[in-house]
Amino acid sequence: MTEAGGGRERVEDLALLWGLVGVVAILSVLPLARLLLEGIAPNGQFSTAAFTRVLASPSTWTATRHSLVTAVGGTIVAVTIGAVVATLVALTDIRARSAFVFCFVLPLMIAPQVVALAWLQLFGPSSTLLKMIGLAPAMGSPNPLYSAEGIIALLGVQYAPLVFLTLRAGLRTLPQELVEAGLAAGASPFTILRTIVAPLMTPPLVAGIALCFVSCLGNFGIPAFLGIPGNYLVLPTLIYQRLAGLGPSVLSEVAVLSMVIGAIAVLGIYVQDLMLKRRDFRITSASNPMRPFELARWRLPVEIALWTLTIVVLMLPLVALLLTSLVPALGVPLTANTATLANYDYVLFEHAGAKRAFVNSFGLSATAAVVIVLIAVPLAYFLVWRRSRLLRVLNLTAEMPYALPGVVLAIAAILVFLKPLPLLGISLYNTVWIILFCYIARFLVLGLRPVLSGYYQLDRTLEEAAQITGALLLRRLRTIILPLVAPVAMAGALLIFLTAFNELTVSALLWSSGAETLGVIVFSFQQGGDSTYAAALAMLTVAVTIALMVSTLFIRGKLAQGVLPWRG
Amino acid sequence: MARLTIEHVSKLFGAFRALDDVSIEVEDGEFVAILGASGCGKTTLLRQIAGFDKLDAGRICIGNMAVSTIERHIPPEKRRIGIVFQSYALWPHMTVAENVAYGLTVAGVKDPARLRRVEAALALVELEGFAERRPAALSGGQRQRVALARCLVTEPALVLLDEPLANLDVHLRAAMEDEFARFHARTGTTMIYITHDQAEAMALADRIAVMDKGRLLQVATPSRLYREPADATVAGFIGEGMVLPVDVHAVYGDGTCATDLYGHRVRMRCTPAQKTTSTARACLRAGDLRIVGPSAPGVRARVDRAVYQGGFFRLETHVEAHPGALLHLTAPEPFTLAPQTALQLQVTDGWVIPAPVEG
Repeated sequence: MTEAGGGRERVEDLALLWGLVGVVAILSVLPLARLLLEGIAPNGQFSTAAFTRVLASPSTWTATRHSLVTAVGGTIVAVTIGAVVATLVALTDIRARSAFVFCFVLPLMIAPQVVALAWLQLFGPSSTLLKMIGLAPAMGSPNPLYSAEGIIALLGVQYAPLVFLTLRAGLRTLPQELVEAGLAAGASPFTILRTIVAPLMTPPLVAGIALCFVSCLGNFGIPAFLGIPGNYLVLPTLIYQRLAGLGPSVLSEVAVLSMVIGAIAVLGIYVQDLMLKRRDFRITSASNPMRPFELARWRLPVEIALWTLTIVVLMLPLVALLLTSLVPALGVPLTANTATLANYDYVLFEHAGAKRAFVNSFGLSATAAVVIVLIAVPLAYFLVWRRSRLLRVLNLTAEMPYALPGVVLAIAAILVFLKPLPLLGISLYNTVWIILFCYIARFLVLGLRPVLSGYYQLDRTLEEAAQITGALLLRRLRTIILPLVAPVAMAGALLIFLTAFNELTVSALLWSSGAETLGVIVFSFQQGGDSTYAAALAMLTVAVTIALMVSTLFIRGKLAQGVLPWRG
Repeated sequence: MARLTIEHVSKLFGAFRALDDVSIEVEDGEFVAILGASGCGKTTLLRQIAGFDKLDAGRICIGNMAVSTIERHIPPEKRRIGIVFQSYALWPHMTVAENVAYGLTVAGVKDPARLRRVEAALALVELEGFAERRPAALSGGQRQRVALARCLVTEPALVLLDEPLANLDVHLRAAMEDEFARFHARTGTTMIYITHDQAEAMALADRIAVMDKGRLLQVATPSRLYREPADATVAGFIGEGMVLPVDVHAVYGDGTCATDLYGHRVRMRCTPAQKTTSTARACLRAGDLRIVGPSAPGVRARVDRAVYQGGFFRLETHVEAHPGALLHLTAPEPFTLAPQTALQLQVTDGWVIPAPVEG
């Protein structure tokens, strides 16, 4: 009797553990392995033909060079802005810190294609805003953003918050005593910054640089909006063009291309890993927060500078976008007479694709969020409380689809799902389900990290107290653990929802008629010259995003610092 | 049937022996305290009994069932034991009643019976009016009682208490000690009480198991532990015993012997197996020392300092001829003695610590 009794817990434990191992394997190992296989042996036969063909093509190397130039350039801009702002926010006594952090981090949560669209509306001959103040360049002159410099500037703006967050998390862990010891030794704040803070912040800074580089490298929205019109192609846009133009027949080639970009990203991640030593600086909690330096008479000028930056980077483009969404056609000046809501009416009620896209994006994002939470809560249980080598590998595996550029996962998913599923005979290709698969795989880690931090804050005896009453694992997860990690799980779900809701990279490669996402529709409006529709739709996604972000400010319960980046 | 048998249990964490060949027999209905300083292995032992960790050697039986052996490990869910955690581990998202009812729900007890038993358990800890409160709205002592009610509502065969008073104020501890004692008397459950506080252990336990560095030093009744410590560590740990070298001249049949302590002849208690030896050690208590006139037989000592402890002084002295040998005793108020004053101390009692069994 006891043997059988002892067996049931073990069966439940093992079934759950191996179920999770299976899920993670299908989500990340299967697609990436399939991608590697395609590169080495397309159609099941060993061949280097695709490799040779792609690597011999000059367009591959042009795109690689463009990718490196824009990624390095974007990283430099982002690191410069992010590091300065992080230092000021974390170490000085500026006021209204939370409001500033919220605004400064906002561009990270807004889709890159929307950022690109907004900036395009800010500059250029048909800028509604510039027209209103009479500063628009002459018709026919090129928009200065359609260039490598434009891409670099926008990548920098988009990912400066990423560097900011990484660095600020590092600064929060800076022990107060080290700074006070420096002050006691007679060093000025600037000397302390240079000789104590900067050296100690090297690991988070390098981690931020690597993270930023990989994000710039994988970004699709910005080079798609700013590069494609001027035929300045980077690797993700090259892959997109090949696949969109020629269809699945070029799969072997784009597989090789995505492996090239994957290889560059892995190099970046490897450097980050080396510096981070497996530590996630974004969720470490501060033990002894530093007392901020007093800026004294410099406080107001610094505050003005920071808010000006935020207004230029965030508010102006969004205002430009809003204005464009209100004119009947691009180039028409906005006046009380011309202002119209017709664009909103069109995208909300008339355009069939846009209406479908709302349903799809909401459904995909919500489903991905719920499914990921359901995977993350038990997965984190094993990762935190049942450590083993298998689980460490599992954790790393779960990170891969997010760490690698989105095009890599998208191409891998096409390879896996192009043919009908074995046994079932159903094909997921050209349906929303392949997008859902990619969202779950890609954003799993966004849900997993907050939940992990929730577990670390949890007193394990709460679970043991339930265990001792005879409750089996599934019941404990449902009745004890899930309610206790609910706030962080909610936060993670929102982060997933927002990210998926604004997503374009994956869906641009995987969408099909009937399976459009909002990102895809904005993109195709813009490509078809319907900037006013694109602007209206983009404004709607921005509104939803900001509304959801604001709503999280009211989540009750304790969240670890850094779980939601915009919550100061 | 809720005897607890722990046989030669060892637990390794890497190369560190957290438990080293520990054996304890706990009778049905007995209240045993496991006493030791932090890091002595007492919490490791509790986790072994509960089944949270697997053992590396030995065997643990609850009743007639071997729950932990090298080959077989019954998980905690199936051991039918109750635990009161040091942190109480009350589920913050449930009311008091839901906390208490949880174990019954798991066991499949349905509502009229479940409700009745929850009410009875809350009545037992005098928390009748608190069923709908959240744990956060309770005081420390009330949380403690909820934890106790939750643990006992399922009528476990064995209850483990992990430093249950450590998080309470001093004035609450005495009240809770009473509560535990009454509780044990009323329910007759076998209880294992983990603590680092010897006063608590002495007040509550039928027997005390003293642990140090993963080893079990002695299991005995509180009075026996105090009067007849099995080794020097126990003697020093329990009641701040003074361990001093003595010569044993002669052993008598009545469990006493004649000894020589720094030239002072003292009749001490010893085991019947005590042999005459010049290398024995004795355990003295503060109460075994009496200040006598300078010409009376005794040990000559000098006062190092007198610490006022409320109503009496604790005198710390050293033997004049052996400055390394420290003696302490209490002296009632009023008392004035300058440091370095000489005292003649008569030793009225003592226990010769049995020589370790070679093996």
